[in-house]
Amino acid sequence: MTTGPYPTTWRRPPQILKDLRWRIAIQIGIVIYLVLAIGSVEVNWARVYAGLERGQRFVMGFLQPDFTSRWRDISQGLIESLTMTLTSTVVGVAISIPIGIGAARNLAPRWIYYICRSIIAVSRALQEVIIAIFFVAMFGFGPFAGFLTLSFATIGFIAKLLADDIEEIDEAQAEAVRATGASWGQLVNYAVQPQVMPRLIGLSLYRLDINFRESAVIGIVGAGGIGATLNTAIDRYEYDSAGAILLIIIAVVMVAEYSSSYLRKFLQ
Amino acid sequence: MTEITHYSQVWSYRTSRGRLALWGGWLALVALFVWCWQIMTRDTIWFFVADAPTQAADIGSRMVPPRWSYLPELMQPLWDTINIATLGTIGGVIMAVPVAFLAARNTTPSALILRPIALFIIVASRSINSLIWALLLVAIIGPGLLAGIVAIALRSIGFIGKLLYEAIEETDATQIEAIEATGASGAQVLSYGIVPQIMPAFWGITVFRWDINIRESTILGLVGAGGIGLKLQASLNTLAWSQVTVILLLILATVVLSEWVSARMRHAII
Amino acid sequence: MLILEGLSKTYKTGDAALRDVSLTVPKGQIMGLIGPSGAGKSTLIRCINRLVEPTGGKVLLGDMDLVRLGKADLRRQRRRIGMIFQEYALVERLTVMENVLSGRLGYVPFWRSFLRKYPPADIQRAYQLLDRVGLIEHADKRADALSGGQRQRVGIARALAQDPELLLVDEPTASLDPKTSRQIMRLLTEICAERDLPAIVNIHDVPLAQQFMQRIVGLRAGRVVFDGTPDQLTHDALTAIYGEEDWNEMRRGDEEQTRAELDARDRMAALAR
Repeated sequence: MTTGPYPTTWRRPPQILKDLRWRIAIQIGIVIYLVLAIGSVEVNWARVYAGLERGQRFVMGFLQPDFTSRWRDISQGLIESLTMTLTSTVVGVAISIPIGIGAARNLAPRWIYYICRSIIAVSRALQEVIIAIFFVAMFGFGPFAGFLTLSFATIGFIAKLLADDIEEIDEAQAEAVRATGASWGQLVNYAVQPQVMPRLIGLSLYRLDINFRESAVIGIVGAGGIGATLNTAIDRYEYDSAGAILLIIIAVVMVAEYSSSYLRKFLQ
Repeated sequence: MTEITHYSQVWSYRTSRGRLALWGGWLALVALFVWCWQIMTRDTIWFFVADAPTQAADIGSRMVPPRWSYLPELMQPLWDTINIATLGTIGGVIMAVPVAFLAARNTTPSALILRPIALFIIVASRSINSLIWALLLVAIIGPGLLAGIVAIALRSIGFIGKLLYEAIEETDATQIEAIEATGASGAQVLSYGIVPQIMPAFWGITVFRWDINIRESTILGLVGAGGIGLKLQASLNTLAWSQVTVILLLILATVVLSEWVSARMRHAII
Repeated sequence: MLILEGLSKTYKTGDAALRDVSLTVPKGQIMGLIGPSGAGKSTLIRCINRLVEPTGGKVLLGDMDLVRLGKADLRRQRRRIGMIFQEYALVERLTVMENVLSGRLGYVPFWRSFLRKYPPADIQRAYQLLDRVGLIEHADKRADALSGGQRQRVGIARALAQDPELLLVDEPTASLDPKTSRQIMRLLTEICAERDLPAIVNIHDVPLAQQFMQRIVGLRAGRVVFDGTPDQLTHDALTAIYGEEDWNEMRRGDEEQTRAELDARDRMAALAR
């Protein structure tokens, strides 16, 4: 076998940045950023060390959760969270439908389109916790503020995806219905609704799931639910109760996730 | 066909039983809703609810004009926020990658023991919001950036781990088989057969999560985990609503910018 | 030389894919494996390098029984067996060169393969092989940028990079058009002749097998039902392998293709004149 004039070295050609100078510049930039960023983290190691014992207690609390001694608070918080989740999803989806239709370019007049799209943008840009702070300030502490928060957040989520869905419907079907001389309402009912309905149901179930998770968070700023109970438990250093609450949250989320994926399969 | 046989005069969309079930379902949903509503609002003080418009008007009038002179003070917390998100994402990725390989059916070394553990880690991390993680960590290791970074990292494990293990399971088996057939070791099969196939998904997921983390890290300060949320908490406590406006606008701008950056980066990668 | 003795495979579902297959493939022989789908062709070649674990029998390559090997020894022995796949099975997102070099994975330590720092001799050989299959100028391209025929050539170069003592070829032309199929088959036979390599080629296209193979083995329901030269593959033999109808169906399809090719050749000749 001849070993002719073939090269004996080979380097993998760069895949993304072809220019060597750019590559070096970006690599140096990343290193400088990491040094600065890590340097900006001030860690009080004595405090962390002291905290390890607490961390251990928390892990023990998680492994040996105490459901009983705070059961009244926990069940109260859980009921608030669950009811809040359901009502806010129903109301949020109900409001999302007209807004979603209004935010679909192919169905709504221009000015309605812009109004609906800005409602969606505001709802999506603000986080649940921030919205909750405002609603708590306006409506007082408790699950009602949480309900409003989650409904508002649901609008941004469902209406956006619904509008995008409607914009992507099969134009041929809409055309066919329009050609029969159908009114706008009939168009929505016959051409749009059948195409987006399965997706809408799926999204609503998915949002139900998200709303429960979020309901556990907004309690921290006073909007009721199991988050408030958790916050209290941690403030009192009752890690075994906190562990129990976290396990309940994980269990409910798991059940919700499995049943919603099952339901979605069943409905489609 | 010789003659037209009898056709029903009334056409209905569904069979009568189907219609009944549908109406029953809706009715049950409405009943459930009403029941939940009543339980939820049992302790609601309606006076406060009725008073809300006045409160809203009051807050609104205090929020404008924004106190722009507060802006320079926010730059350091903003830098901290970005660091929490970035370092947290890096930490999350480092922890999520092994979890993903343990959770994927085709790479897990033990389907009976390690895979369920990995899946539980993913579910636990996904169900608990970063704010709750931060709440716990502040209680354990004290307030500050570190608690925020760890909270973001712990929350990211589930998200990145889940999407990554799905990507690993979707890899093309014949490419892996071909690498195995050359006599490659396990590590070599991983680096030649699997890693190249999941690389685009990996970068896409990471950048996407970073974008979400920027968003989430802005509020971690509410529970003491550093960043711009600390300033938000301080301003809320002193009812300095004009400062709250500035902070919210800054958060909004950061989120929009990070969304743009992440969209550009994902576009460049894929 | 490869010897199979009483090779059997029963899948967990209870399907017996191979029943007591015994074969000997001497050095330099190209053996075609034909049979209807589900006859166990794919299982047979995968049992040889144990991508599928056989449930009984022996696979002797030289004097080594591959069936009894532990994991590490198996990896060392797999280096001696090059494999070429139906859908090319290249790592699509790696470059052509990396795909060829991946044939050396069994020889280099992990760090070398991870850093792509292969020994100079390996790289030189990879270039040489790429030149042999006519793709040297595509070395830096990504594998998914190549056409089907080119990808299969990379697959061949990868298998040869292993310095194999045996080639296993699984339906090399199933995803290719007739013309490219013949080019690939010609390349394969030339290379085996150059290196005196034995090869087992799974092939569903009987005329193609008759054209290029030195020996043909017919499988039916996991059993060897024919073993002979292409000339001995008579109508009766094919009926025994495929059953009456399938075989006639296949022949008709091929006659059409042959006619079309003859026609094309005549016209080309006319143009050249």
